[in-house]
Amino acid sequence: MSAAAVESIGAVRKLRRRELPELLRQIHDPPPTLFLRGGADVEVLWRPAVAIVGARACSTYGAQVARMLGRELAASGLVVVSGLARGVDGEAHRGALDAGGVTVAVLGCGIDRDYPAAHTELARRICERGLVVSEYEPGVEPAPWRFPARNRIIAGLTAATVIVEARERSGALITADFALEDGREVFAVPGEITSMLSTGTNRLLRQGATPLTSTEDVLELFGLSPGQRPPAPTLSIVAAKLIERLADGAVSADELARATELEPGPLAVGLAELELAGLVAEAEGRYRVVMPPG
Amino acid sequence: MLARTITHALVGLDARSVEVEAHLEDGVPAFAIVGLPDRACQEAKQRVRSGIASAELMWPGRRLTVNLAPAELRKEGSGFDLPIALAVLAASRQVTEESLRGHAAVGELALDGRIRPVTGVLAAAEGAKEQGLSRLFCAAASAPEAALAGIEPVPLHHLAEAASYLRGEWHPEPFDELDELPAPEGLPDLADVRGQERARRALELAAAGGHNLLLAGPPGTGKTMLARRLPGILPPLTREEALEVTRIHSVAGLLPPGRPLVTAPPFRAPHHTASAPAIVGGGSGPRPGEASLAHRGVLFLDELAEFPRPTLEALRQPLEDGVISIARVEGKAVFPARFQLVATMNLCPCGAKGDPAAECSCSTQRLAAYRDKLSRALLDRFDLLVTVPRPRALELAAAPSEASELVRERVVAARERVRERRPHRTGAADELLSRAVERLPLSARGRARVARVSATVAALAGAEAVEPEHLAEALSFRTPNELAAA
Repeated sequence: MSAAAVESIGAVRKLRRRELPELLRQIHDPPPTLFLRGGADVEVLWRPAVAIVGARACSTYGAQVARMLGRELAASGLVVVSGLARGVDGEAHRGALDAGGVTVAVLGCGIDRDYPAAHTELARRICERGLVVSEYEPGVEPAPWRFPARNRIIAGLTAATVIVEARERSGALITADFALEDGREVFAVPGEITSMLSTGTNRLLRQGATPLTSTEDVLELFGLSPGQRPPAPTLSIVAAKLIERLADGAVSADELARATELEPGPLAVGLAELELAGLVAEAEGRYRVVMPPG
Repeated sequence: MLARTITHALVGLDARSVEVEAHLEDGVPAFAIVGLPDRACQEAKQRVRSGIASAELMWPGRRLTVNLAPAELRKEGSGFDLPIALAVLAASRQVTEESLRGHAAVGELALDGRIRPVTGVLAAAEGAKEQGLSRLFCAAASAPEAALAGIEPVPLHHLAEAASYLRGEWHPEPFDELDELPAPEGLPDLADVRGQERARRALELAAAGGHNLLLAGPPGTGKTMLARRLPGILPPLTREEALEVTRIHSVAGLLPPGRPLVTAPPFRAPHHTASAPAIVGGGSGPRPGEASLAHRGVLFLDELAEFPRPTLEALRQPLEDGVISIARVEGKAVFPARFQLVATMNLCPCGAKGDPAAECSCSTQRLAAYRDKLSRALLDRFDLLVTVPRPRALELAAAPSEASELVRERVVAARERVRERRPHRTGAADELLSRAVERLPLSARGRARVARVSATVAALAGAEAVEPEHLAEALSFRTPNELAAA
């Protein structure tokens, strides 16, 4: 879009309804105006984008998946859109920033309000290369009843929405509903059937959402190939043995030691190798695979 | 008629010489104590009067004034009873003043004339020794403690014995002097801990390197049980260290009867409701807090996040300098506090986080508040951080593991090796560390901590240099992301 489409009032940039990106204009109830904050050109809103949303109180697993998806999708050139909330949203933004990609945060309050306060710094980093947008005038306070409306913009800006962990009545499911109504693709990350945090996503899957099993599932939709993903690192024998064992699920270091009969020294070297390669992460005393090798 | 005795008042651990002057003059019989005595010291009047009478000595029926000099120093406690009684006996010429020369005295009187032990005898005896005095009157139970200072104690059961001794009619029985350090006993053993190899390993590293250790994890995984076993694998105290610890414990009145010297590294576990002065020390006549009582041992803070923030912040000075100084009108009291900090915490307020069998019910706000409690600055003091997962049932059924004694031998050997020559990193280990700083959330302080721990790992392994495998193990004990990202 040309710079002429952007009206400046002081430092606040905004888009009128007719200047909105095509995808967003198509939804049932497009916002009359969209206020923008950040260093990026508005053009980023026209780029192929994917939404990653989910529970605020997510599990470590959910946080790691959101971050990995944000990182890999952004690395492949997609714009990652989310809601700047705690948990999955924040991790998705962080993942995109990790990859040096572009990410857009849609707020349910004025773009000058840092909400949640804990994400002030994250919002600032998003603004360096991406945008923080909202349909509300600057200065509008965050309020719970504004968040569902915000979700329709998240779904509207993107061709696909990925839900990472959602409880039975999660706001992320509202985003999914909007996406389905607007005829966009909905992916859900499968979770353990016993976990409360997966009831929402698993129900979506049962209703026909596409299960997300790897980043490629999303990239395929956009006709992209896994972009600047680093080539699979060549692993040492020990590291390969460890990741094979970890592929069955998260285990503690002690359990790994017993299963592999490795001495603490070599075990530590193998785990450090996998951690530094970004393949494995430790959380709450258990190691788990965060990125499948190769 | 005037007579003097010497005793010592304690400011912190410092013994200040106090001259007890007793003056008798004609006039209406009266008894006054001047020289800033506190309540307990003021009450010495009644005890001294009854004690002297019970010892079948004579109470001078004249006007008696006792002055405790220097007058501006506050005198606290009942240890002044014995020196006051001796000064009165000398002033009333029941013993000669010459016979008191070269003697100091400390002790409480019972109404029947018996001598009771008081706190801080070691520090007082050291003060007397420093002043060039050769003998110290004290309760028989305190004699072994006084002897540690290198002064010759005159162990007394009763005030009458003191009078007989000063008249040259009686000599005290010899007491059991402590020739060698008795081995510490009764410490809980690591053999009781089944499984949990990684946590045991962290404990061994903490002991070998003197590192502060944070055990995180859901409740009921044995964090507290592990922490209590750290003193048992620490090297035994040297004589010098034992004296330092004993001095503090004596002032606090914590020496168990019959054990004049503390030889086991102390283990102090204040509850999280304890006030900041209770932990770092304080009071008008400053008293050592838990941090000083843990000197040369372990200060254990169970449920670290439950401690009030000001208390935790107050611990930063001793963690940095190994001393606590408390300023008071009488001057500054300095207590040593070179302890090893061991703490436990749950991963969330409800405790379910990290437990696969439970679901965490904490709101994000509560979680954030929980983590905010632990400032970065405080978390930075922990070189070793280990998350203790819930052990599997089969682990608990495993055979008993290695006993503390064997672990301690390795710890002692590692400490000696580090003392001789601190292992340096090889090029390969250096490279791994640089890569870790690049790839992991690892601050400059975090890097320094990993480097420190890796030297300990190498020393424990008996290696000449820090190899990548030592560094990798040190890396695995760094602050986990879920705490670092608070």
